[in-house]
This record gives sequence, C-alpha cells and structure tokens, in this order.
Amino acid sequence: MADYDVPEIPEDIETPCLEPGTMGHVKLYPAVDKHMEPLGFPPAKVENWEDAGIKKLGDMLEKYKSLQVYLDICVKCGACADKCHYYLGTKDPNNMPVARADLLRQVYRKYYTAAGKIAPGLVGAKVFDQETLDKWFTYYHQCSQCRRCSVFCPYGIDTAEITMAAREIMDAIGVGHKYTTEIVAKVHNTGNNLGIPKPALSGTLQFLEEDILDATGHDVRLPLDEPGADVLLVPPSADFFSEPHIMSLMGYAKVFHQAGISYTISSIASEAANFGMFIGNYDQKQKIAKRIADQARELNVKRIVVGECGHAWRVAYSFWNTLNGPFDHLDPNYPVPQHICEFTHDLYQKGALNFDKEANDEYSVTMHDSCNVARASRMGPNVGGQFEIPRALIRATCNKYTEMDEDTIKEKTFCCGGGGGLLTDELMDLRIKGVLPRVTALKKVMDGNGVNFLALICAICKAQFTKVLPMYGIPMDTVGGVHQLVSNAIVLGDRKGII
Amino acid sequence: MLTLLAYAVLGIFTLGFLRRIWIYARVPAPLVIPTTPAPVTKMGVVFRLFKEVAFFESLFKGDKLAWVGGYAFHGALAVVLIRHARYFCDPLPAFFAHIQIAGILAGIVMVGGLGFLFLRRLLIDRVRYISSPSDYLMLILLLGIGITGLAMTFQFRPDIVAIKEVMSNLFSMSSASLPLASIGDVIFIIHLTLVGLLLVIFPFSKLMHAGGIFFSPTRYQVDNPREVRHVNPWAGKK
Repeated sequence: MADYDVPEIPEDIETPCLEPGTMGHVKLYPAVDKHMEPLGFPPAKVENWEDAGIKKLGDMLEKYKSLQVYLDICVKCGACADKCHYYLGTKDPNNMPVARADLLRQVYRKYYTAAGKIAPGLVGAKVFDQETLDKWFTYYHQCSQCRRCSVFCPYGIDTAEITMAAREIMDAIGVGHKYTTEIVAKVHNTGNNLGIPKPALSGTLQFLEEDILDATGHDVRLPLDEPGADVLLVPPSADFFSEPHIMSLMGYAKVFHQAGISYTISSIASEAANFGMFIGNYDQKQKIAKRIADQARELNVKRIVVGECGHAWRVAYSFWNTLNGPFDHLDPNYPVPQHICEFTHDLYQKGALNFDKEANDEYSVTMHDSCNVARASRMGPNVGGQFEIPRALIRATCNKYTEMDEDTIKEKTFCCGGGGGLLTDELMDLRIKGVLPRVTALKKVMDGNGVNFLALICAICKAQFTKVLPMYGIPMDTVGGVHQLVSNAIVLGDRKGII
Repeated sequence: MLTLLAYAVLGIFTLGFLRRIWIYARVPAPLVIPTTPAPVTKMGVVFRLFKEVAFFESLFKGDKLAWVGGYAFHGALAVVLIRHARYFCDPLPAFFAHIQIAGILAGIVMVGGLGFLFLRRLLIDRVRYISSPSDYLMLILLLGIGITGLAMTFQFRPDIVAIKEVMSNLFSMSSASLPLASIGDVIFIIHLTLVGLLLVIFPFSKLMHAGGIFFSPTRYQVDNPREVRHVNPWAGKK
C-alpha cells in the first residue's frame, strides 16, 4: 500500500481555516476513446473545445431549471462552506460547495449574463480557458454529489446538480474521467459495473446456495434468469463478489426464502448502480435504467426490489418512473420500485419473519445514513421513512443500538468520502481525507458507547469504508449491511405461510 | 426629466424581473430532485416554502450568524417598506401613525443588520474567499440607502411635503422638480438615486434570489415520484 497522509481523528468535527491549493495536485486518469465513443462522447478533446463547451452550457441552461436558477441566485452567504466533508477534510477552499459551484458560475456569468459581459471583474466572471478547464476537471471530481450543502442552503442550491452539469459539459468536449466512463461502457457490455459475465455470476450464486445450506441446513435459493418469478431482485453487483456486501445478498435471499416469495436475479440487469447519474448524462442514465425495466417485462415479474445501494436507490426511486415508466404491467399493490429494506420491513410487520436478536449480540450497532438514500429518496409512505425503516430493521435484529451525533446522521449525514464516481485509487488521498467527519463521529461512539458495527445500505459506502477505515485504525469488519444483521438474526424454517 | 427617469428605472426593474421569472418558470425540470425528507403533498410544499421565506429555515440550520444578520436586515426592510407607504398615500390612513416608531426602529435594525453582514463577509475567511467586489458593493449600496434614510429621519429633514407632492405626481408627466433648499433635500436626492440604482441592478444580480427561491427544484418539488409519474418534456427529443 502506498504511503498516505492519514489525519489524526479530532475529538469533534472542526471547521478548518482555508489552505488554498491543498488538493490542486490531484490528477485523475483521463477517459480514453474506447470508453468515450460508445457513450456518444467525442473520443478525445475536440479542437474548438472552448466554443463547444460554452455552447453546451447554453444548451443545458435551456434544459435544466436547477442549473439556470442555481447559477443565478446564490448570494454567497457561505452557509454551505463548512458543510462539505471534502472541505472539512482537505481545507482546500475550492472544496467549499459555493466555491466549487463558482468555477462554473464564473463561466456562466462571462458568457450568459449582462453583468459578466459588462463588468467581469466586478462579479467574478472568467473566460473558459485551459486554466479554468483544469480546475473543473480537478474539483468537479472532488464532489461526491452528496447534497449535504443543499440541506443548509437558504435557496436549496444543490451542488450535485452543478457538478453533474460540469461533468456533462466536459464529456461533451471530450474531456472525460476514465473510471466513470469505463464503468458505464462495462455495464452496457456485461450488464454490471464489475464486468461479471453470466457463467461467473451463475457459479457464484450456486456457490452461495451451498454455503447457506452448509451453514443453516436450509435450501435457500439464489435464482438467476428465472421467468415468471414474483420479484426481480436488482442488487448492486458488488453484492455478488465483495466483502462485506455478499453477506447482505445472503440476507436478501433468506428473507425471500422465509417469506416464500419467488424471485429472480437477472444476468442482464445484474446491477442496480447507475453511473449515468455520476456523469450527469440523461441519456446514459435512461439507457442504463432501461435494462432493468426491460428485464422486468422479459421475465414477467410482478414487482422490482432494489438491493442495498445508495445512488441506485435514488435513481430507482426518483427517476425510474420518469425515465422508463409507467410500470403498469407490475402489481399495483406495491410501490415500484421497492427497496429491500421496505420489502423486509413490510414482511416483518406482517409477521412473516422472526428474528433472533441474540444472534447479533456480539455487535453494538450504529447506523450510517448514505447520502443518496437520506437526502434524495424515501422509503415507505411516511416522510423520513428512509431513516426509520432501516433503523427499525436494526432494532428488530439487534439488542444494542446507538446513534452517532445528530449533526452527522439522517439528512445531515456525512458522505463516506467515496460516492459520486470517486471510488477509484487515484483519488485515495481525497477519499482518506473526505471520510474524516464520518470517522470522527464514528470514533466517538466506538470509544464512548462500545459501538463495533457500522450498519449501512450502500455498496459504495461499504467499499469505501472497508478500504479507508483500517487506515484510521478501525477494523474492516466493523462495516456491514443492514441485511447482514438480518441474515444473522433471521429464523429459518416453520413458515407462517403469510403472503 | 425626473418622470422619464422614473419610468426608465421602474421599466427596467419590472421587465427585467419578470423576464428572469419567466425564464425560471419556462426552463423545464427533467427529473424529480427535492432535497429529502421532503413534503409528499402540494400543501406540504407550500408550508416548506413558507417556512423558508418567513423564517429562513434552512439558513437557520446552516449558519446562525448569517441568519441573525440576514433575518434582521430582511425583516426590518419589510417594516421600513411598509412605513414608506406613508409617502405615497393621500389621505394617510390612521394605521401609519401607529407604526411610525416601529418603522424608525426598523431602519436602525436594518442598517445594523447590514453592517453585521458586511463585517461577517470581511472577517470570516471562508466568506471572504467566496466574495466578489459586487458582493461588498451590494451591501454598501443598501447601507447607503439605509444611512441616508436615517439621516433624514434624525438630523437633516428634507422638505417632505414638497417631495411628496412631486413624487405623487411623478407619473403624470408633470415637469415639477424636487426641492433643493437644504442639506436634507440633497440627501433625499442621494437616497432616491441609490434606490433607483438598486432597482436597475436587481434583475441582473444575485438579488434575484427573491423570486428565484420559488423555482428551486430541491424546495418546490413534491416527493411523490413513485405515485405520480413526472414527465420530462424534452425526453426523446434531441
């Protein structure tokens, strides 16, 4: 492992003084032609990129109310400035949400406002040149689109919208990021972000079935591509191969088994994640989501359930209906789509599941709310269900539960530091520093309340935490999914025959 | 001359403001993006926006100093504006006699709030970093309006009867001109000029946050994407 500068964990989350340029050195791998072209982007930086970029901005101002309004109405009050985990962790002023948004706003002012044309110096308008583009590439890839800033902004300005727009403009002029574009290309080719082909997927699922049989004595199935099942289960593909993700996958399977509901995984839609959102491209977002809608028809299921994945849940919950709806062919008695936590909680409430809490007695649990679930979606019929339902499941399956500091949970939760298309090794320095606020709050309950398990419902959070928490001296197996706890506690056998 | 200027200033302000609002209203919102937890009904959204506009709810959560300064300024400005109706109404309803003291106090609070915001902008490194010259000038302009107003109230009385006469007939193309017999009269002209400047700048600046907030998708959208299909008007078009 390369040497990284890992900060000391402070007692409390502190707002640092500015240190300009601390993260200006970050270099990302640029996208290459074979990833860009299949997405409809120019293979390399186009010749007249300045004009093309400015024109693209103009097009987007006509298409996105958020962009048009948010570029106009920021009053520079600074309420967002100390809310970003990347600013708190890196001290770089360009990581203050308002300063990040200003990198694009400066260009907007220059070319699309009277004030910026008449008096650029007065209102901070800037020419779209190489220096500006470099800053865009650097700092719009230091935003995880977590929306924490939008909670505190008096006008609800959402920096995620600005970041997505900037990335979309850069892609349109042939300046893409390798990690995200490569993954989008992969999802089209293999059906998932990890590039797992069907035979490998099928082998894994069989292996897991044997594993569960050995451990529990129950024949819990993980079916693949089985038409006519009631439910299409769409997990993030990390659930098939990564630790601790796979434990949650086993949890989902046990819930289906115990409830007696037939389901299937699809090899074509074997990925809930949608990196189209991270690159801010509407067409890609739609195309990636369409695989799942098509598979639901193809396999003739009645419901779609999405696994533990934060941004995937945002796309599924908030965007699917717009992108590929309506879903009239599915069972109208259930929301489309359903989150696996909603699904399990619903069954639990109906009495279809029994939990043995003592199975989790080695754990003292706290909950990390993942940003896209917390601030961009809902579960269940009630406002705030996205907080209550996963917590209800934890309480149903565990005896020991503690909340972290209230400024770091629910809608004020801090990003894991790896979301938004930044879960790549070249950004490790950023990811280590960006997790600092979350680690600070976590360490406090670990030291003060004996917490030893961080439960969450996001594949990216799981991957990020298992990588960076050990650098802060927190063991990797502290991190796990809510359905990992469900998996441990669920009592198999003696079906109650509900549903 | 004065009449023409007044028409020009009000024209720029009104048309400019309406044009921006028209743009905000017309540009489509392709996707549902409320910052959650968000209301699940339209009435809930009305309540959410009311709390934002009446109490600056999100700012209160985010930044207590900015909230104190901002709320003092905006609240006081509202009272001051109501009090100013006395210069346009004839005959004057009795109501205005009752709020005279409140209006004058509000003038002081308004200038105090602006001064506080100015110092905050200057002294907190984060806010200083994100400030352009225009951000300071905007505060100075508003301070100028407030201070000239207070100066006329407490020290340099202009010929208010003559001024009201002129202002009342401003739009009837009379050729009357403002009195210029005392320091107070001069201060009034400065006061009026700064207000005119503010109105002209308004539609071209961040002052469009007034009005703009109602078009912020994270705040005005209802959280019901599964129940009601939101249609993107430009989907499928190139």
